Amino acid sequence: MLIFTVCGSFWLEVFLKIGVIRRIKRVALSVLPISSLFLIWDAYAIAQGHWFFDRDQMLGIYGPFNIPLEEFLFFIVIPMAAIMTIEGVTTVKPHWRKDEFGQ
Amino acid sequence: MIYSDIAITAFAIAVMADLFLFKNSLLTRPAFWTSYAIILPFQLLTNWWLTSKNIVMYSPDAIVGLRIFSAPAEDLLFGFALVLSVMGMWEFWGRRGMQRDPNPNKARGKN
Repeated sequence: MLIFTVCGSFWLEVFLKIGVIRRIKRVALSVLPISSLFLIWDAYAIAQGHWFFDRDQMLGIYGPFNIPLEEFLFFIVIPMAAIMTIEGVTTVKPHWRKDEFGQ
Repeated sequence: MIYSDIAITAFAIAVMADLFLFKNSLLTRPAFWTSYAIILPFQLLTNWWLTSKNIVMYSPDAIVGLRIFSAPAEDLLFGFALVLSVMGMWEFWGRRGMQRDPNPNKARGKN
C-alpha cells in the first residue's frame, strides 16, 4: 500500500520537476511536527484498542509505544505525497500559485 | 475519547488553524481543493484495501459505524486533517522564504 502511494505520487517529482525531494529541509519541517501529533494519536488509539493490526500481514517490526514500522512510514510517505500533489497541481496551474505568497 | 471524537477534533483544529492561524488560507484556494480531489480517490482506494483485507481493524466501540468503501467514515476526517495541516505547514515555510524555489541553485529565498 505504501509502495502504491510512492508510485502514485513520486513520479511527479521526476516528470513535473516539482523539486520536493531537493527541498528536504522544508519537507522535514512541514511533515515532522504534524506527524508527531498524529503518531501520539496513533499510540493512544493503539493503547486504547481503537484500532489494531493483523500481525500476520505486517512486517512485525515495532517501534516505541507498540507502533508498527508501517505506521511510521505511513506518516512520512503520505504527507510527502500530499506535498507533491499540491506542488504538482501548482506546477500545472501556475496562476494558482500566486496566492501562495500573497502577491 | 474514541476515534470519532478525536477525528472530529483533529479536523476542527486543522480547519481552524488553516483559516485563522495561517495567512492565505488553503481552504479558500483552488490549488488545495484540486489537490484534495486528486488525493481523495486514492485515499478511498488504500483505505478500502487496508480494511477489506483486515490488515487494519477497528473496535466497534470506537467508531460510529458508518463505513465508506469498507473504511470507517472517520478516516475521511483524519485524512483531511492530515493533508490540510501538512500542506499548511509547507506553505507556511514557503512564505517565510525557506526553499521556496524548486531549484535551489536559482532560489531567491534563503535556504
